[in-house]
Amino acid sequence: MADLVTTPNLPRTDDFYAALLAAHEGLSEAEMHDLNARLILVLANHIGDLDVLTQALAVAGGQRATTDPTKT
Amino acid sequence: MVKDRYSLAFRLYPYERVAEQDADSVVRHPVVIVGGGPIGMALALDLGKRGIPALVLDDHEGIGKGSRAICFAKRTLEICDRLGCGQAMVDKGVVWNLGRVFKDTEEIYSFNLLPEEGHLRPAFINLQQPYFERFLVEEIRAAQAAGAPIEIRGRNRVTAIDRQADHTRLEIDTPDGPYAIEADWLVATDGANSPIREMMGLGFEGRIFEDNFLIADIRMEADFPTERRFWFDPPFNRGETALMHKQPDDVWRLDFQLGWNIDRRAELDEEKVKTRVRGMIGDDIPFELVWTSIYTFRCCTMADYVHGRVIFAGDSAHQVSPFGARGANGGIQDIDNLGWKLALVLQGRAPESLIDTYHTERKHGALENIKNSSRSADFLTPRSPAHKLFREAVLTLAADHAFARPMVNSGRLSVPCTYDGSPLNTEDGLPGGPERTRPGSPCPDAPVGESFLLSHLNGEFILLGLNAEIPNKVEVPGVRAIGMTLPAEGLLADRYLGDAPSAVYLIRPDQHVAARWPAYDAAAAQAALKRAAGLE
Ligand SMILES: Cc1cc2nc3c(=O)[nH]c(=O)nc-3n(C[C@H](O)[C@H](O)[C@H](O)COP(=O)(O)OP(=O)(O)OC[C@H]3O[C@@H](n4cnc5c(N)ncnc54)[C@H](O)[C@@H]3O)c2cc1C
Repeated sequence: MADLVTTPNLPRTDDFYAALLAAHEGLSEAEMHDLNARLILVLANHIGDLDVLTQALAVAGGQRATTDPTKT
Repeated sequence: MVKDRYSLAFRLYPYERVAEQDADSVVRHPVVIVGGGPIGMALALDLGKRGIPALVLDDHEGIGKGSRAICFAKRTLEICDRLGCGQAMVDKGVVWNLGRVFKDTEEIYSFNLLPEEGHLRPAFINLQQPYFERFLVEEIRAAQAAGAPIEIRGRNRVTAIDRQADHTRLEIDTPDGPYAIEADWLVATDGANSPIREMMGLGFEGRIFEDNFLIADIRMEADFPTERRFWFDPPFNRGETALMHKQPDDVWRLDFQLGWNIDRRAELDEEKVKTRVRGMIGDDIPFELVWTSIYTFRCCTMADYVHGRVIFAGDSAHQVSPFGARGANGGIQDIDNLGWKLALVLQGRAPESLIDTYHTERKHGALENIKNSSRSADFLTPRSPAHKLFREAVLTLAADHAFARPMVNSGRLSVPCTYDGSPLNTEDGLPGGPERTRPGSPCPDAPVGESFLLSHLNGEFILLGLNAEIPNKVEVPGVRAIGMTLPAEGLLADRYLGDAPSAVYLIRPDQHVAARWPAYDAAAAQAALKRAAGLE
């Protein structure tokens, strides 16, 4: 099973963060939600691995990273 | 008095007084099937063709009006082929392959069921449920004429049961008053609101979906193509979904999602329905309303399908949302699974515990159907702001991006389940064998010369040799498998050999794979046969 990467992995972190904020600039709350929902789907398809995504959902939901999502 | 609860499309089994109603003692029957819907009738046919006396009690004199099911899947047709009435269904039905999905007025996605090559039957046909049931009853009549011990008693309503260890007593109401019979085995195919389930105080657990759907079956002569059209948020049904699907006799199924808080009576008003229909098909096409109704749905199952000598099958055991056409299709697989097992047990050739595997295998199938149809329902009827949010995201992305299209869920259409992990399976012994024909799988069809594989798998245990020497039969006390060798070429080889140079398959009477090996070994074949018949 592939593991979710939870150590720093994104080069130019600050650039990404700025781009993320810029994409949300001027949006209403509802529009922000819509954007984020689409973003999640786009990224999920790119990752293309249910095991990794399941771990990601757990981490985003507040759980500690683990190699075995059934053991959290 | 036995009053009708619905009006009839076809009056096929009018009430007739039988001698048992006047008998002094109560007559015992080996199998009594309560409920003559599609599932009960199919079971009677299966048992009768196996020489097992089957008595069907139905509280009406024929088939109810109003088409509920319209989509019948390939596996159902294959089972009906084995029962003898698949061809009549295909001849009458409408074959379709293309499904198109629209958001507002724009097409965002289409799927093609494009049947894989080399199957006798198409992926789906559309056929009004009353026709489907009528073909089953007509085949029962033909089987009776040929000596099959099947009996249908119309306007016989079961009002009470009394369960004993080895039989059940049934109280039956008729136009001539009540009488009683006994059944060694009672099969309850009495529908989603199963009176037998109620009488036994058994639960039906699951989810109710808070939504209403209006069905309008209309007759019109229009040259809309034979495809399934599905809309999210169309101009003629804002904020909701809609469906259009062709049936035989120039009848079209239109389905409009209405939402939860509606005034049912107002919605069923003929003028209001017609206005909705015109919104969908336009003002210019003349049409006639054939049938309208409003339905809600739930996804529920009983905990156990076998209670001693009372067995539940079809909607009485499990109910799904219509999205995915898994109701009748799932129920037909129930009786495909149950028929041969009940026959072996009644003939004293297999132990009663074989019936428990009906529960194990079909509950597995029902849970798969419930999972799929619940997911479709969740997509169609978002229950929370988050559900809505992601559905909108999927629908928006799907218009421009291929990746999001498979996420659009307007119904994942019925496919048969594989009995992975069934106690009747023998561990896969064929290295390089295709995944799709592993033990537990329903046999995929394949051409064999001028005919097709499944027509050779005719309801008995079969030992199939492909590039392998096999005997003409394998026997263990109680059961035998008939040996059959076929030339392993083309699609048959693709589907059953894969990378293996040769194979021997043990195939169950319901056309599911029980075991497979690269070559024949007498001891292994006998052990697998014993296991598949529940003899160990
Ligand atoms: C809108 C809609 C669309 C659907 N579309 C599809 C589809 O496209 N494909 C699909 O596969 N499925 C579909 N289904 C589901 C399908 O209609 C059912 O799964 C199917 O009818 C179940 O058959 P059954 O024989 O188990 O029960 P039923 O058809 O309900 O038959 C039960 C029978 O038992 C009789 N009975 C009840 N009580 C007694 C009693 N006390 N004594 C004697 N007899 C009794 C009844 O009169 C009836 O004849 C749809 C359902 C709905 C509502």
